[in-house]
Amino acid sequence: MKIKSLKARQDSLAQTEKQLEILSGGIFKDGSLPTFKEKVKSSNLPAVRPTALEILQINVGYMCNQVCAHCHVDAGPDRKEIMTHETMEQILTVLQSNTIKTVDLTGGAPEMHPEFRWFVEEIRKTEVEEIIVRSNLTIILANKKYHDLPEFFAKHKVHVISSLPFYKRGKTDKQRGDGVFDSSIEALQMLNKVGFGIAGGSLELDLVYNPSGAFLPGDQKALELDFKKALKEDFNIEFNQLFSITNLPISRFLDYLIASENYEEYMHSLVEAFNPMAVENVMCTNTISVSWEGYLFDCDFNQMLDLKVDASTTHISEYNTDVLSGRNIRLSQHCYGCTAGAGSSCQGSIA
Amino acid sequence: MKKSYYQPEDLKKFGKINEWNEALGSKFFDYYNSVFEEGSLSAREKSLIALAVSHVIQCPYCIDSYTKDGLQRGIEKEEMMEAVHVGAAIKAGAALVHGVQMMSRHDQLSM
Repeated sequence: MKIKSLKARQDSLAQTEKQLEILSGGIFKDGSLPTFKEKVKSSNLPAVRPTALEILQINVGYMCNQVCAHCHVDAGPDRKEIMTHETMEQILTVLQSNTIKTVDLTGGAPEMHPEFRWFVEEIRKTEVEEIIVRSNLTIILANKKYHDLPEFFAKHKVHVISSLPFYKRGKTDKQRGDGVFDSSIEALQMLNKVGFGIAGGSLELDLVYNPSGAFLPGDQKALELDFKKALKEDFNIEFNQLFSITNLPISRFLDYLIASENYEEYMHSLVEAFNPMAVENVMCTNTISVSWEGYLFDCDFNQMLDLKVDASTTHISEYNTDVLSGRNIRLSQHCYGCTAGAGSSCQGSIA
Repeated sequence: MKKSYYQPEDLKKFGKINEWNEALGSKFFDYYNSVFEEGSLSAREKSLIALAVSHVIQCPYCIDSYTKDGLQRGIEKEEMMEAVHVGAAIKAGAALVHGVQMMSRHDQLSM
């Protein structure tokens, strides 16, 4: 089934205020469930605070060749938001004058940005140790001009992190669209061919699993074993690690939860699975997320909810480490998604 | 009073059993959690056994729980349905094997 972005559908959930209203109302307003802040406090945990900044996650735009049912970015071919050259230059200036270990490029499909390759090459000239590209895999086969992406990634020692919801066709295509599984498999084989994901090699290829429905991910290690066995036996594919990521109740996944009448049960599951151990490692403590317009956020999810950092400087052009490290992290009930079970982050489990 | 014996939200309140007898309740929950840990059987295998048994004892709470548990473990619907058939087959067999008793009784009483 072809779906459109919430924005193109002019759905009320395309409005971030509407999403925040839902996340603060209903079961959280009538006291059935504690708010995230209350839960952290009642668990005798210290407030979630920034530690040393390690990761700058950059969203270069919402354009994507896929329209995934669960997408928290509401990305798709109908989204035209894209980072300007000027903003990219401002980011490079920040990378040159600050110690930032990792740059994590995401989108949409970041490779669709016309200046994507230039941007990666420029980041490589800075002191940044690791460049992550969150690739949806199918982009590599989407057009002839992307076919050499595996070689480009290898040349610049990019750490490729790719979504593959399941190791079988059915669940993958249901979540991400018809034909996605076959293209993804072919793209993974291309990445293996140039050396990505091969045990003992230096080119990293990690996969991301997120549940295809209103349930939490299972044990990351157990799922990794299942994925490795199936992909090796069926397609001779290798990869390094599997990250299992919880779907957060925002944007298109929130729309799905509400439409399928799973919202309340899902929120109960997240709250019941609250893990105090995960709280201290949530990614907003060491990450700053930059939007296509250059605004700064505590994480990619807050970016999609338009909750800019609670600081006197909120734009990359006025980036200031000291100001940012003193900020309060903005929390709402979607944060339960990062603390459920073994916890969840863009690098998988955290507890 | 509720109009039905079963309330879906009661499953979430299962832990309340402890409120009226913590000693026995805790023993049960400790035992229950230990049973489902990885052992000679994997946690995945145990989840499928639990799903099959849930159907045999026709416990709606258990069916809800172990369908969701299976999804979280990456168990596929085909595997779940095969497990349900295993339970159903044993239940059917248990009924049918009594037919031998019927046959014996029949023959004993007949000339």
